Amino acid sequence: MESVFILATIIYVFSCVCYFGYLFFQKTVLQRIAAGLMIAGFALHTVSLVACGVRAGNFPVNNLHETLSVTAWAVAAVFLAFFFKYKLKILGIFAAPLITLTMIVANQIPKPISQDPQLLKSWWLAAHITTIFFGNAAFALACGLGMLYLLQESAIKKKTRGFFFSRLPSLDLLDTTGYACIVVGFSMITIGLITGVVYAKAIWGRFWSWDPKEVWSAITWLFYAALLHERLTVGWRGRRMAIMAMIGFGVLLFTFFGVNFLLKGHHGTFTAI
Amino acid sequence: MRDIVLFGLNHKTASVDVRECISFTVDETERALLMLRDNPAIGESVLFSTCNRIELLMAVDEREAAVTIAKQFIAEFKKIPLSQFENSLYQYAGDDAVRHTFQVAASLDSMVVGEPQILGQMKSAYYRATLKKNAGVILNKLLHRTFSVAKKVRTETGIGDHAVSISYAAIELGKKIFGDLEGKRVMLVGAGEMAELAVEHLIRNRVGTITVANRTFSRGLELAKRFHGKAVKFEEIVDAINEVDIVISSTGSSEYVLQKNQIKEAMKSRRNRSLFFIDIAVPRDIDPDINRINNAYVYDIDDLKGIVDVNIEDRNREAVKAQRIIDEAVIGFRKWYDTLEVVPTIVSLRGKVESMARRELEKTLGTLSHLSEADKRAIERMTGALVNKILHEPTDFLKREGCHGSKFASLDLTRKLFKLEENH
Repeated sequence: MESVFILATIIYVFSCVCYFGYLFFQKTVLQRIAAGLMIAGFALHTVSLVACGVRAGNFPVNNLHETLSVTAWAVAAVFLAFFFKYKLKILGIFAAPLITLTMIVANQIPKPISQDPQLLKSWWLAAHITTIFFGNAAFALACGLGMLYLLQESAIKKKTRGFFFSRLPSLDLLDTTGYACIVVGFSMITIGLITGVVYAKAIWGRFWSWDPKEVWSAITWLFYAALLHERLTVGWRGRRMAIMAMIGFGVLLFTFFGVNFLLKGHHGTFTAI
Repeated sequence: MRDIVLFGLNHKTASVDVRECISFTVDETERALLMLRDNPAIGESVLFSTCNRIELLMAVDEREAAVTIAKQFIAEFKKIPLSQFENSLYQYAGDDAVRHTFQVAASLDSMVVGEPQILGQMKSAYYRATLKKNAGVILNKLLHRTFSVAKKVRTETGIGDHAVSISYAAIELGKKIFGDLEGKRVMLVGAGEMAELAVEHLIRNRVGTITVANRTFSRGLELAKRFHGKAVKFEEIVDAINEVDIVISSTGSSEYVLQKNQIKEAMKSRRNRSLFFIDIAVPRDIDPDINRINNAYVYDIDDLKGIVDVNIEDRNREAVKAQRIIDEAVIGFRKWYDTLEVVPTIVSLRGKVESMARRELEKTLGTLSHLSEADKRAIERMTGALVNKILHEPTDFLKREGCHGSKFASLDLTRKLFKLEENH
C-alpha cells in the first residue's frame, strides 16, 4: 500500500499548488480543481489507511509515520466537512499545505514495527484515538482561521487594502467558522479524554496517573474550556479569539508531540521513530 | 472686463485634517457670503464647501488683488494662519476656472468619479449665493451653464452608471466585516443629505432597522419615518449604539460626537460584536482612535477612497468622453463671455436692428411698385434715420455704462431684450 500513500501525497501536493494558484489569480476554476484533488487525495489516503489498519490488525498509529499520516487524514476530513458546511473556500490555503507537509514528513521518516500491537486493540481506544485526532484537526483549522482572521483584520484596520483584502472572506465568516471549529474540536477532545480515562482504568487499573501526557491534555482542555467560556459570557470574539485559537494550537502541538519527545510518558508508542 | 477666478482646495491637494479646518458650515457660508458681498474688491462670489472641497468662485475686476484679499479673508474667517493651507490651494482663472467648475459639477474631479451628490451640493451653494445676492450676471450664467453641462455629461456618458459613491464604497467594506449586510441595524447620526444617500444604498442591501439620531429631533423623526425606522434623541446615541451594527455619522459638529472611552464601554455591553463606523462628516465626528478598539472599525471619508479604485478604469474611459462635452461647453461659454465687451454688443445690436429694418423695407417696397426711384430713396433714408434715432440712446447708455459696475448686467439685459446671438 506504500504506492497508494505516495500517490495520495502527490495529489495533495497538486491540490496545494492549485490553492496557491487560486489565492493569486482568484480563478474559481482553480479552486474547484483544488477541492476536487483534495477529495481524491483524501479518498486514496483513506484506502491506504484502511489497508494499513487491516494488515496490522489495529488502528494505524503504531509509530510516528502512521500517526502523522492519520493526523493529515483527520485534517483533510475536518477541512472537507467545514468546506461543505460553510463554503469557506479560502481555508484550503491553510489546510492543503498543512496536510501536504505532514504527509511529506510522514513519508521521510522510518516506519518501525510496533512493539506491542495488543495495546491498541480495544473499542475504547479506537474511540479515544479517533475523537482526539478529529479534535486536533479541528483545532488546527481554528488556528488557520485565526491567522486568516488576523490578516484580514489588519487589512481592514490599516485601511491599506493590500493583497489579502479582496482575497479573504468577511471577518464575520472567519470568526464564526473559527468558533465552530473550536466547538467541534472541544467536543471531540472532551469525548477523547473521557474514553482515554476509561481505557486507562481498563488497562492500568486507575483513571488518572499524573503522567505528563495526561497533565498536558488537561491543560489543553482547560485552555479551550476557558476560551469557550469567555466567548459565551464576556463575548471574546474577533481578534482576541483568533490569537487565542493560535496559542491554543501551540499548547495542543506541545501536548501532542512535545510531551512525547521532551517529557516522555505512556503515549510513547505512537510517536516511535 | 471682469475676470472669472477660482481658488480652493480639495481631497487631492489637502488632507482631511486641513479640510476640516477650512470647511464652512451652512451658517458660516451665509455669513461669509455677506462679508464677501460687501467687499468692494470682490465683484461676484459663490462659496462652495463640501466634505471634499472648499472652493471660492469669483468674478472680479482686479484678479490678483482680489485673490489675495479673499485668501486672507478665509484665513481670518476660519482663524487659521494662511501659511497652514496656502500650499494646498489651487487657483484657476478665465477658461480654466470655467472648465474646472464644469468638471467639478460633472463629478469628474470628485474623489469617486461619477458620484452624483456633488451636483446637488453645488446647486445649493449657488442657491445660497443668489439669496444673498452674491452672484451676478457672470456667475449666474456660468452656473446655469454648469448645471446643464453636468446634466448632459450624466445623460450622454456612462460616468454615473456604476453609481459608485462614498456610500457604495462603505457598503463594500461593510461586507468585508459583516459578510452580509442583511438584517444589520444602522444608526444615522446627523441627518444630512449625504447620510440619506448612504442609507438608501444600505436599504438596497436589505439592512435591518434604521435609527436616526439628530440634533433637531423633529428632523430626525421625519427622516426615520421615511425609512420606517425610529428616531432617538441626540443624547441617547451612546445607549443606542448597543442596538446597532453600523453607525453613519454626518453631523456638522466641530468636535467628536463619539469618543474612544464611550465606545470602549459600549463594546463591553455589546459583548464585542463588531461595530462599523462610517464617518462622512468633515470635520470628523468619530474619534479616529476608536479604530484601535478591537472589533470596532472606523472609516472616514479619506479612507473610503481606497476602496473605490476598482471600477475606476471604466469610468476613466467615460471621463474622456465627458471631457469633450466640457471642452465644447467651455468654448460656448467663452463666446458668451466675449459678448460682454461693449463694442461687440453694440455692433450686434446695430446689426440686428438694421437687418430688421432692411427686411421690412424690402417687403414694403415690394408691394409699392408705383413709387419712383426718388421716392424709394427717400423711404430708405427715413428708415436709416429711424434706426439711428432708435439706437442712439441705447448705444450712448451702453458706452457710458461701460465705466460703471453694472456694465455686465446692462450688456446682458440688452442682449436678452433684443435676443442677440451669442456667436458674434
